[in-house]
Amino acid sequence: MIAGAPPILEAVGISLRFGGVAALREVSFAVQTGEVFSIIGPNGAGKTSMVNCISGRYRPSEGSIWFEGRDITRPPANRRPAIGIGRTFQNLALFSHMTVLDNIMVGRHHLLRRGFLSGMAYWIGGAQRDEIAHRGEVEEIIDFLDIQHVRKAPAGTLPYGLRKRVELARAVAVKPKLLLLDEPMAGMNLEEKEDMARCILDLNEEWGMTVLMIEHDMGVVMDISQRVLVLDFGRKLAEGPPEVVLTDPQVRRAYLGGASDGAPAGELATAP
Amino acid sequence: MSVMTPAGDYRESYHADMCIFPTRNSRWAMLVGLALCCAAPLVLDRYALSLMINIGMLGIAALGLNILVGFTGQISIGHAAFFGFGAFASAGFADLGVPVLLAMPLAALATTAVGLVFGLPAARLKGLYLVIATLAAQFILEDFFARAQWFSGGVAGRVTDAPNLFGVALDTDARYFYVVLLWVVLSFCAVANLVRTRDGRALIAVRDHYLSAEMMGVDLAYYRTLSFGIASFFAGLGGALYAHYLRFVSVEAFTILFSIQFLAMVIIGGLGSVMGSLLGTCFMVLLPEVVQAVADALQGGAIDRALKLGSSIAFLREMTIGAAIILFLVFEPEGLARRWRLIKAYWKLYPYSY
Repeated sequence: MIAGAPPILEAVGISLRFGGVAALREVSFAVQTGEVFSIIGPNGAGKTSMVNCISGRYRPSEGSIWFEGRDITRPPANRRPAIGIGRTFQNLALFSHMTVLDNIMVGRHHLLRRGFLSGMAYWIGGAQRDEIAHRGEVEEIIDFLDIQHVRKAPAGTLPYGLRKRVELARAVAVKPKLLLLDEPMAGMNLEEKEDMARCILDLNEEWGMTVLMIEHDMGVVMDISQRVLVLDFGRKLAEGPPEVVLTDPQVRRAYLGGASDGAPAGELATAP
Repeated sequence: MSVMTPAGDYRESYHADMCIFPTRNSRWAMLVGLALCCAAPLVLDRYALSLMINIGMLGIAALGLNILVGFTGQISIGHAAFFGFGAFASAGFADLGVPVLLAMPLAALATTAVGLVFGLPAARLKGLYLVIATLAAQFILEDFFARAQWFSGGVAGRVTDAPNLFGVALDTDARYFYVVLLWVVLSFCAVANLVRTRDGRALIAVRDHYLSAEMMGVDLAYYRTLSFGIASFFAGLGGALYAHYLRFVSVEAFTILFSIQFLAMVIIGGLGSVMGSLLGTCFMVLLPEVVQAVADALQGGAIDRALKLGSSIAFLREMTIGAAIILFLVFEPEGLARRWRLIKAYWKLYPYSY
């Protein structure tokens, strides 16, 4: 994180209400260019709602979201790839009847410019050239995530861990500057988590993507994120480096209940 | 089941890996099939040829419906009305002095325009609500045909011309066959290309998971409307071919029953399969012939006397169509296209099962 540089993403006073239920209340935070930023909080804290606001699925009731100095509160979700934001979903959201390759190619949608007429005249209009060029780049992503062996398999037939990786591949194919990951490690075993953490770090360091992720595994959050935002009942509890945030008494109360003020930090760090 | 390629078939470029016909055998099969089709008018009798022409023009319309229902996951039970619109429009253009061969694609474009108007609600509606909206399209268009004398010729219907190529009238089945064949090849190539490129993938993405499709930059409203437009284009093209083949178009042909037959074609053929559209159409065109043949074979026997096959043949046809749809939905929901893939797999792997 570079001190003084403008943040890549800034949320200003975000509130989100569904009827009488307030999912988010005046949450503000900023993600700096190049960092791994995590949002944590108990179930129902509003983490996914926050990510949905950033990715354009929900429009916040109040507040605004800025990306690289530009107000992106209003543009719809399908403008996000062009703006530079890609995301994965908490519950798998692959196109289950398409092959892995086609799934990832959908991520190139906003980069492929030729429309349906050119596509129908595949050999004439240059669509073939485009497809081949992007196929090459997609293959790099496939190599990176080590899913070569399933590239022609329908996504719906894959086991869970692989599907998670395909979904990450699809989000990476968007070529985002900011990658939103909604629980990338949910339901994974230790080895798969380690692989995924490595992937995320590589994407951050080598591919130059800023990562904003929601994650429940405190060990992973502590290890790979530079800064953390803690939400509870739609309110922001704390924001800062993980080792500082997790010693915050309010955060500890939200996670462990009122009676645990004396619990050592290590215990919290291993809590799921 | 993933794609099966023979051992030793290594692709060395993305170009080679992205062919429609991936293996040498499949390319040969395609060329031989095409050559056989070209030779068909020389060997087949007029009746068999007329069945093939029917398969061709209905197949194009079914292909359009498959884009809408199979690939985009929308639904339409007004397809026959668009088919009819294309037929009348082509007849109209021809009457205005446009050469018939040009009137056909023009009529298809006119149908696209109408389809887009009726497709606008499709940008927001799904499932049952869309069924009702397209049902409205069916009845509005049918009513329009019945009332707009200038367009449809009213009750009397409309007589059309045969196409004419450099002074040669394409008025026999043998000659018209090539017109249909040309459009079938063009249409199926175009759609096979569409579904492997950007916008085709976007359509399938809208069907499979519209929320994540949106997050990948796919404009849902645009693609839902687009698929309606493309479906109407092919319906109109099929209708235009129909008009100049029968040389007579009248209102009562394009009923909702006909729309449901189109749906049956894509369900039986295989939703979301380009080849399936043609297989399903073959099935639906040939099924009544089979029923007729069976009835003929049973003539005079005990079953015939009990059921009076001769006089109830029309009902029997409808019933077999209904039964076929139900049986396919129960036993082979992915249609003939999947059955065909299984047969190919069996053949390749014999004597092993996988």
